[in-house]
Amino acid sequence: MRHVGLLQHKYIIRIPSYLRITRTVATRIGASYFTTLHSHLITMKHQLNILKLIILIAIISAVITGCSKETPVSAPDPTTTGSIVLEFDNIAGDRQLELNSTVPYQNALGEKFSVTTFSYYISNIKLQTATGETYTVPQDSSYFLIKESDAASQKITLRNVPSLDYTSVSFTIGVDSIRNTMDIAKRTGVLDPANGMYWSWNSGYIFVKAEGSSASSSNGSFRYHIGGFGGITSQTINNIKSIIVPFGNSAATVRPTVKPEVHLLVDVLKIFNGTANVSITSNPTVMFTPYSTTIANNYRGMFSVDHVHND
Amino acid sequence: MKTKLQYSSLTLMPAQCVRASAVVLRVCTLILCSVLLVSCSDSVQNTLDTPTDVRLAVPSNFPPIRYNLAANQISTDGFILGRTLFYDGTLSRDGTVSCGSCHQQSSAFTHHGHDLSHGIDDKLGNRNSPPVMNLAWQPHFFWDGGVHDLDLFSIAPIENPVEMDEKLDNVLAKLRSSPKYRSLFAKAFGSEDISTSRFLKALSQFMLMCVSSQSRYDSFVRHEGAVLSERERLGRTLFSQKCGACHSTDLFTDFSFRNNGLEQRTPFDSGRARITLQHEDIGKFKVPSVRNIALTAPYMHDGRIRTLEGVLNHYRFGMKVTPNIDSFFIRQGKNPGIDMTDNEAQLIIEFLHTLTDTDFTTRRILSEQ
Repeated sequence: MRHVGLLQHKYIIRIPSYLRITRTVATRIGASYFTTLHSHLITMKHQLNILKLIILIAIISAVITGCSKETPVSAPDPTTTGSIVLEFDNIAGDRQLELNSTVPYQNALGEKFSVTTFSYYISNIKLQTATGETYTVPQDSSYFLIKESDAASQKITLRNVPSLDYTSVSFTIGVDSIRNTMDIAKRTGVLDPANGMYWSWNSGYIFVKAEGSSASSSNGSFRYHIGGFGGITSQTINNIKSIIVPFGNSAATVRPTVKPEVHLLVDVLKIFNGTANVSITSNPTVMFTPYSTTIANNYRGMFSVDHVHND
Repeated sequence: MKTKLQYSSLTLMPAQCVRASAVVLRVCTLILCSVLLVSCSDSVQNTLDTPTDVRLAVPSNFPPIRYNLAANQISTDGFILGRTLFYDGTLSRDGTVSCGSCHQQSSAFTHHGHDLSHGIDDKLGNRNSPPVMNLAWQPHFFWDGGVHDLDLFSIAPIENPVEMDEKLDNVLAKLRSSPKYRSLFAKAFGSEDISTSRFLKALSQFMLMCVSSQSRYDSFVRHEGAVLSERERLGRTLFSQKCGACHSTDLFTDFSFRNNGLEQRTPFDSGRARITLQHEDIGKFKVPSVRNIALTAPYMHDGRIRTLEGVLNHYRFGMKVTPNIDSFFIRQGKNPGIDMTDNEAQLIIEFLHTLTDTDFTTRRILSEQ
């Protein structure tokens, strides 16, 4: 049995800042209060304060205990397996992404827009440990379509994952060339062309689809359908992007009894903002054109890990 | 009516350097393939409305099939389902446009008389509707080759806003709610499950059977009785010399993408470059087969030429110096084109008429029932 040191620092997640104190600090506060308390015990007028204090201590303790990870985690053991959840939380800068939001978002060029569709493929997922071990999700189970319009699609559960302490995840944004060219009989589930993420006139999947409305566009809307796997008989653009997203100071401790949840943030603003800022006015519609590579290069930076729960 | 069929012979490949087990495996595969291709050699292609034994045969003057038949074995019930779908307007948004609307059997499965495809709400496409013909031999589809697999083809006209303007998932939903289709799918595939794959493969089964190989020319080259006149034979020689570099083999196309010096029009159609995004592919289109060419006017990717004489006149006098014009047409000291006298042009046209296959355009099992 051992503690996973990294994780003991994770108890302040999503606690309001005025409650962000460590257990040590909390104990010190409590002790000093009790010391002070003793000299005032005889004074009835302080009874109300004591009551308040007890309630305060109780609340602080409850909050700290509730969020701390004091439960020891068993040692990694790749002979056993567990599950891990990847949550894709779509955001727009410092706001949660909300489809058809009446309060517009704004890109780096100051153009205001709302989003009506935001969907993307995640595939070929691998998990890595700090010591160089890699777990590759079996190929046939490694294709996911994340849609902002479908909450259930935003949580991916990977099962039968070896019990290790994972520190990063890597994946492809889009669909590899093999899946872009294989027999239709094998294209089931999210790879079914009936899902609307497929170009019929130029066989291939749309990797990332972002649509919305914007006063900056001459026709009032923008439509970005980004794909391109490199072509079959003739070489053409390849927008398949593979990225690695580190978990930061956390590890995801997959165990038979621990199912970590990796909370990824996916920032739709990064479609517009990057090494080249995309103008809705200049490019209201981008599909299978050379400019699509600019958007693909931008959106490879839209993923980050916010935190990891090990529950 | 009985139709005589020809079959290609399969030859064993040298296997000296292959392990014995591999040889056995290969021989077994060949036997299986042979059974698939030859088992109907005693049968005849059924011409009744309700066929009993639908099989795809390889005419002996054709090259090998490109389509992967092993992944979609043609069955009579699969063919009937595909035919029903092909002629059903349910595949379009408002039920008015079927595949057969723009691919009419009497015109060798093209849209005769329409320069551009004519779809839903009387909308016009931007290209001339090509024939549904000998697709088992085609390595890619559309004028620009944007689709590489026949099974993936049908999604495009269904979802094109100016053709059928429907969504694939919606088509499937309509079919699933139809007792007739649930029954047809069950017959064809063993259960009522109506999936994207089954839907597309059934359509492929029908389209694969749209084989045109019974023209007078075919009968002549296969020594089945037909004769060509002296003028037609002269025309054949001239065609081979002047057109055969691109319209090669008995499929009469090499399936390459070429720029044939058509004047650029507005809106500009970049052709193959739409798929490859390569500058050198701008204005290139797939070389079409000239089988049944007398039935499929108008001509070129946008149907801009109305007659065969007009087509030959384009190659003789009308070609423009376009950026990617095919080197075949380059002539010293002259505009690009093909040297051809009036008489030669007339002989070539007479030969082209021998490629008309009335069996194909009237074969009952390919018709709307």
